[in-house]
Amino acid sequence: MVKVKVESLRCKQCELCAAQCPKGAISFTQDFNVFGYRTAQINDDDCIACGICYVMCPDGVYEVVGN
Amino acid sequence: MAKSRKIPEIAQKTSTFCPGCGHGIAIRLITECLEELGQDKNVMFGIGVGCSSLLGGVLDTDRLHCLHGRASAVCTGMKRVSPDQMVISYQGDGDAYSIGLAETTSAAYRNENFTVFVINNTNFGMTGGQMSTTTLPGQKTTTTVHGRDCTKTGSPIKFPELVSSQFEAAYVARGAVTTPAEINKSKKYVKEALTAQLNGEGYSVVEILSPCPTNWGMTPKQSMDHIMTSVVEHFPLGEFKTREAK
Amino acid sequence: MGDMIKGNHALAEAAVRFGARLYAGYPITPSTEIMEYISWRMPEVGGAFIQAESEIAGINMVIGGAACGIRSFTASSGPGISLKQEGITQLYDEELAAVIINVVRYGNGIGTLYTAQCDYLRETRGGGNGDYRAIVLCPESIQEAVDLLGEAFDLSEKYRTVAVLMTEGALGQMMEPCTLPDFIEPKKNPWGFDGKYSYKKIGIFDRDSMKEAVLINEKHDAIKANEQRWEAVDVEDADYVFVSFGLPGRSTKGAVKALREAGHKVGIIRVISAWPFPEKAFDAVNPDVKGFVTVESNATGQLVEDVALTVKKSYAQNKPVYCLPYVYGIPSTSAIQDDYNRLLAGEIKEAF
Repeated sequence: MVKVKVESLRCKQCELCAAQCPKGAISFTQDFNVFGYRTAQINDDDCIACGICYVMCPDGVYEVVGN
Repeated sequence: MAKSRKIPEIAQKTSTFCPGCGHGIAIRLITECLEELGQDKNVMFGIGVGCSSLLGGVLDTDRLHCLHGRASAVCTGMKRVSPDQMVISYQGDGDAYSIGLAETTSAAYRNENFTVFVINNTNFGMTGGQMSTTTLPGQKTTTTVHGRDCTKTGSPIKFPELVSSQFEAAYVARGAVTTPAEINKSKKYVKEALTAQLNGEGYSVVEILSPCPTNWGMTPKQSMDHIMTSVVEHFPLGEFKTREAK
Repeated sequence: MGDMIKGNHALAEAAVRFGARLYAGYPITPSTEIMEYISWRMPEVGGAFIQAESEIAGINMVIGGAACGIRSFTASSGPGISLKQEGITQLYDEELAAVIINVVRYGNGIGTLYTAQCDYLRETRGGGNGDYRAIVLCPESIQEAVDLLGEAFDLSEKYRTVAVLMTEGALGQMMEPCTLPDFIEPKKNPWGFDGKYSYKKIGIFDRDSMKEAVLINEKHDAIKANEQRWEAVDVEDADYVFVSFGLPGRSTKGAVKALREAGHKVGIIRVISAWPFPEKAFDAVNPDVKGFVTVESNATGQLVEDVALTVKKSYAQNKPVYCLPYVYGIPSTSAIQDDYNRLLAGEIKEAF
């Protein structure tokens, strides 16, 4: 179940989210997006929807889906 | 039980800031607070020159790109004729504290009822990383290639300290956008500043320490760490003037 | 005719009656009385008065008011207007309406306190960066200054540009009878910010300079076609036509009258809109006119350049254009007559 939506086209691979994720649930794609970035991806099983990635991200990549 | 969180409607367009730049975080905090205060459809921005001008491509609000340094004067005019609208000045340290020092200081001096956000990344970012008044001692920039010599160029300027100690103002603070904890603290400062304006209490300013990975020659994570280890030594975080209890 | 009133006071009172509701400025002789009057008058009508920390801050406060669609204006002189140039080109670029009053004083740099007309080229060409033009109106009396101030506000809004009332030190300081205008209800222009983003602007990264260049030229063409202003006296059969503006224009009218009485066939075109320059005024001039003579209060001759350009456009045959630059002050009618006679005697070389 997707707890946090990821808009890959907005991601600039700054990796600040991954550095702060308390569950280490964020990694980066092997492939580049159309802008040349490897973009953030969330392991939904590990994700606890704490929202820290949303708070950290400068580019509005994340949307935390509420209950 | 997760709270739903989505970037504010008025700031949804994609930005062209560098990867890891703090502007995107600052803009989100400001627009979130405007939404929470019910003012996101009742706001006009005066935008500075430099990296700040990229804000113009992100916002869906009334906004004017101001001449370099002059946003505080423009916002003075805007607020005087629009007392019921939120007026926000959004500038970098170069725009506000170098070319614009007179206008930025004078609006604070007059206790104008609008809010100034200064995004401080210790250099003139957009033009390629020249020294600004906030550059740290010894910091290498394109105009201080051997490191900033403060005996010749002055020491980092502390504007929130100046306002809170010398002028009447409603709210003065300095935050950083380095970690989730600091971001959340900065959001409180932003909210207090905007609330002060909304209640007609007078001038409010929040300086926000932000990374410049591109011109600092660091990764985004290194830049955030650099702020917490080095930049805050010269620019302490916290509230310098809190709102009078009402 | 109304009561006696000081020129600068008349302009300040008239601005309020014309619906101006923001003034931001800085003291500078000989314009300061405008700000002093406005400082107590504007709050009386609920408008915003700000004594700015500098001329630069002042024009930027006007930009803020204009951005919100409110009639906003400022007043200054020589060096103060120099400081405002970046603001003026920005007002034009953002298509904001604003009025700037220049109470001209003589000199370069800090200048002097003498009344003069040495800012003609700067106001008509624009001292800021880029291809803009401001509408420039030049009164000869306090009454005309007041009337033209109203036109300045209207024109700046009609074309979404900057209008400059280019008056003179003496006109600001002297007193004349003047009928002040009726009060106009202030309104907010539709392009003004309301906080709700009702008026959408083209985003900064979506501007197309090529397209805008076409629009700039169209705007200028429209202003030139519709807004030329002048007064012409005795030009139809004139041998020589004087061209002048402002208070020296009044002296020149007096000189023309005296010269006619002495049997000289002379006339005058008194320029009222320095930009758009009143080229149409030259249509009525005697086709066999022998030459044109400008009378102006500056050192090098500035109006004479526009006259030379217009004469080139208007006549197949080259006509000489002379310049009588009186440096500063207001030339007397006798001085102008004497210099005219020297010109006839071949003692004055043509400028163009």
